[in-house]
Amino acid sequence: MARNSKKRYAMTVDTRQCVGCKACVLACKSENDVPDGYCRDWIVEEVRGEFPSLSAEIRSERCNHCSDSPCVTACPTGASHVQEGGVVMVNHGKCTGCKACIGACPYDARFVHPKGYVDKCTFCLHRVNRGLEPACVGVCPTGTLAFGDLRDPDSHVSSLLRTRKSKVNHPESGAEPNVYFLV
Amino acid sequence: MTREFIETVTTRSNPHIDPSLHIWGWEITVYLFLGGLVAGILILVSLLQLKSGEIPRSRAIRHMPLVGLGLLSLGMGALFLDLEHKAFVWRFYLAIKAGSPMSWGSWILLVIYPAGLLLWGLSMAANERAWILREVPDRLFQPLQKLFEFIEEKRRPILIGNIVSGVALGIYTGLLLGTMSARLQWNTAVLGPLFLASGISTGAAFLLLFRPDEEERATLIRWDLWAIGFEGLFIVLMLLGFATSGEPGQFAAHNLLGGPYTAAFWSLVVVMGLVVPVLMELLEMRRHLPVTLLVPVFILAGGLALRAILLLAGQESNFRLLP
Repeated sequence: MARNSKKRYAMTVDTRQCVGCKACVLACKSENDVPDGYCRDWIVEEVRGEFPSLSAEIRSERCNHCSDSPCVTACPTGASHVQEGGVVMVNHGKCTGCKACIGACPYDARFVHPKGYVDKCTFCLHRVNRGLEPACVGVCPTGTLAFGDLRDPDSHVSSLLRTRKSKVNHPESGAEPNVYFLV
Repeated sequence: MTREFIETVTTRSNPHIDPSLHIWGWEITVYLFLGGLVAGILILVSLLQLKSGEIPRSRAIRHMPLVGLGLLSLGMGALFLDLEHKAFVWRFYLAIKAGSPMSWGSWILLVIYPAGLLLWGLSMAANERAWILREVPDRLFQPLQKLFEFIEEKRRPILIGNIVSGVALGIYTGLLLGTMSARLQWNTAVLGPLFLASGISTGAAFLLLFRPDEEERATLIRWDLWAIGFEGLFIVLMLLGFATSGEPGQFAAHNLLGGPYTAAFWSLVVVMGLVVPVLMELLEMRRHLPVTLLVPVFILAGGLALRAILLLAGQESNFRLLP
């Protein structure tokens, strides 16, 4: 399980730097051959407050690779599983397309691929295992995105989370997400 | 006047995920309904025999376990239609996942078939068994005769086994949704017992459609009144739980208490499926009024509506909708 693995991969999204250019979305689609009309990561623009005191936030969002992932628990066949670094993956050959994981995900980060299996962000584990960054992180022109091992105190994400204020989406879900938004 | 607000714009538009989740449709409604109904049939046919100590007097009830298995197969057919990766359906039976109600369900369904067949054999009259023994090919005569002797010896364990597997099936259909806390409307442990009570009530209604013997009918109506009473209680507990909890619960409560699903829920599930049947069953019992098929039809329609409404409302309720 994720808790016992040697690495704990996480991502930080600097909401003060993101301009919503969608380069991360396009990079992901291109790298992972995501079909037209679907996306594994996306941009959210949120305006809140009381007029005229408004604040805007732009976030690049994706699967949160939760430490207590409800999708993995709900999956009846073991297709959804936790891999190295706590990355939540879907084994296409085991997926029946029952969609229990989609129903269980508090972030609606999953979708049914036109080929029938459930698909989602993989933190580009195939690149990370080769020493590269996830495609979205590598292409981000403003340095909004950072990726690394939370258990390594010298990693960029650890350092950012030590020095900046951060939040996660819907902590009330209890899923312990691993995508942090720097505020 | 100023007003605090939140406006969220997303570039995501994944099919069946955005703008609101819609991954499960009529197939799952039918499956959950038939699953509950069959659970009710197995429980009630077993209880009738435990109570009377003999086989059911009504021919329809004696053969109802087999009809139930047919209905369950229809439900599983609907479930199969819902699968997106149909060729991999066998994968359900290569894993046992303790945390996944869908995994338990796959295995429970596998137990229900032999349990239901044994119950059918047990419920048959002597002349019905003799007819089957006459009709089967010679090579099956001996094994079948031994099977009939075996189930007769194990009458009580088989009846209790069917009640246990029926309860498991009924509760599982509710927990399938109830364990998905990401959907605010389903985030309640009451869904398991609620779907079980509703399943027993729809099972009784289905049996009543076939006009059983007078005594069995009276017993079924009495048990149905209990099931409806519990169903009403679980609905009250569900609404109380939602209304007295935090923001996610308040949102779920509002859906059924003033929100978009209020009219459908109260008119179809509560009034048509619970209140009217209770009043009519009480009138029939106390005043000895002529039996009509209206009550069972209302109960069945209410049970179907309960599942359809909760399935839809649940998919549309998620954390994104909270401030």
